[in-house]
Amino acid sequence: MNTLGRFIKSLFLLELLRGMRLTGRYLIGKKITIIYPDEKTPQSNRFRGQHALRRYPNGEERCIACKLCEAVCPALAITIESEEREDGSRRTTRYDIDLTKCIFCGFCEESCPVDSIVETRNFEYHGEKRGDLLMTKEKLLALGDKYEQEIAADRAEDAAFR
Amino acid sequence: MIEFISSWGLPAGLETLIIILVKIIAILVPLLIAVAYYTFAERKILNYFHCRVGPLHVGPRGWLTPIADAIKMMFKEIIIPSGANRTLFLLSPILAFGPAIAAWAVIPFDAELYLADTNAALLYVLALTSFSVYGIILAGWASNSKYPFLGAMRSAAQVVSYELAMGFALVGVIMAAHSLNLREIVNAQQGGFWMWFWLPLLPLFVIYFISGLAETNRPPFDLAEGESEIVAGYQVEYSGFGFGLFFMAEYANMILISMLTALMFLGGWLSPFEGIPNLEEWFAWVPGTVWLLLKTAFFMLLFLWVRATFPRYRYDQLMRLGWKILIPITIAWLIILGGAIVAGLGPWFD
Repeated sequence: MNTLGRFIKSLFLLELLRGMRLTGRYLIGKKITIIYPDEKTPQSNRFRGQHALRRYPNGEERCIACKLCEAVCPALAITIESEEREDGSRRTTRYDIDLTKCIFCGFCEESCPVDSIVETRNFEYHGEKRGDLLMTKEKLLALGDKYEQEIAADRAEDAAFR
Repeated sequence: MIEFISSWGLPAGLETLIIILVKIIAILVPLLIAVAYYTFAERKILNYFHCRVGPLHVGPRGWLTPIADAIKMMFKEIIIPSGANRTLFLLSPILAFGPAIAAWAVIPFDAELYLADTNAALLYVLALTSFSVYGIILAGWASNSKYPFLGAMRSAAQVVSYELAMGFALVGVIMAAHSLNLREIVNAQQGGFWMWFWLPLLPLFVIYFISGLAETNRPPFDLAEGESEIVAGYQVEYSGFGFGLFFMAEYANMILISMLTALMFLGGWLSPFEGIPNLEEWFAWVPGTVWLLLKTAFFMLLFLWVRATFPRYRYDQLMRLGWKILIPITIAWLIILGGAIVAGLGPWFD
């Protein structure tokens, strides 16, 4: 009976027709394409994109060169050198993130005790020559200044869950 | 048009020649446009099956994509492999494309709209559709390279096997219509939707379309170019317009098979509302060509639908299907059909 059933199913193309009915439903169904540069998918406030270094509202840089991010970075993408500033506080002289090594895990952001290193929502960036994707302290601070409002808003929104 | 040419007062032979040439152009130009836009339709419709939207950016809503493709294809360099047989290598795309175009000579587009009213039209079409496999075999041979050769071998075996089932399916049509002439085959189907040959010849209709898929090397029978196994089969070494010709031949063949299926099994240019009161009068103004093109479009969609649904057959499964299933079924149905015709089974054969 089972054999006969299978024979009938395959001879009369029943299963093939069921398959075609299924694909046919997708043919007339809703299309889910996002036409990328014109339309964009919604982003989470926790989105992990390009990095930035933040400052306090008075303009002082947040980073205290504790090197936790450097230690936690699984891809060894962060390089930090530090020394004492004239006022006696410890600050970085060098803060490099090699974006070609970075895996965007967000550990640096998690480990930072002063919310200095953050990942912004920006994922649309590129480098045109070698070194463009090696983010230096100056570039990171500039990005922090540029996106400060968005970064602060995202952190405020997330604060309730931390 | 014909009166306009006759008014020139040319000698009779020359006049006939010019009229035939004009008719050929009137068939070829729309055909080539249809081929170009069938490739576009394929991309669009396959995308729709995948819940995507397909090409959008060349021209309004992507409508100039096939034109851009054609221009790109024409200006690409034609590379001839150093080990290739130069003559055959250049000849084979033409051998593939020529028959695909030549077969359109006998297709009637309406009761009075045709290029050649041949008595043996069906044989001619059968001959030409199988002739295009020589282009593929020669391409594989002349490339002097392993993947094209494997593709050509597969294609040869496949087309020979499915040619038989296709031929037997056509024998059924010939028996039912008592004619090899495509125009008379359509006229034999008069009397409305239920009188068309798809119903009395249902197994042959399905088998003809399946063999058509195999003949044109379309999925799920595209072993000749199975990307995952032999890269692109016989076309591996072709570039530029050589490849373009193979491509166009494939799509022209698909349209041809669709139109032949519509002519032989779905009543060609006959209105589907024939014999239904009211509806028949309401749609009487629609020209027969429109019905034929709609039916053809249905089968063209079916080609893409099948491609979107089924995975590729394994080679031995392909052979099993052709020899052990399709051919026995056609032969069995021919015997049943013969009995039905002798017995005058109504309403089709009385």
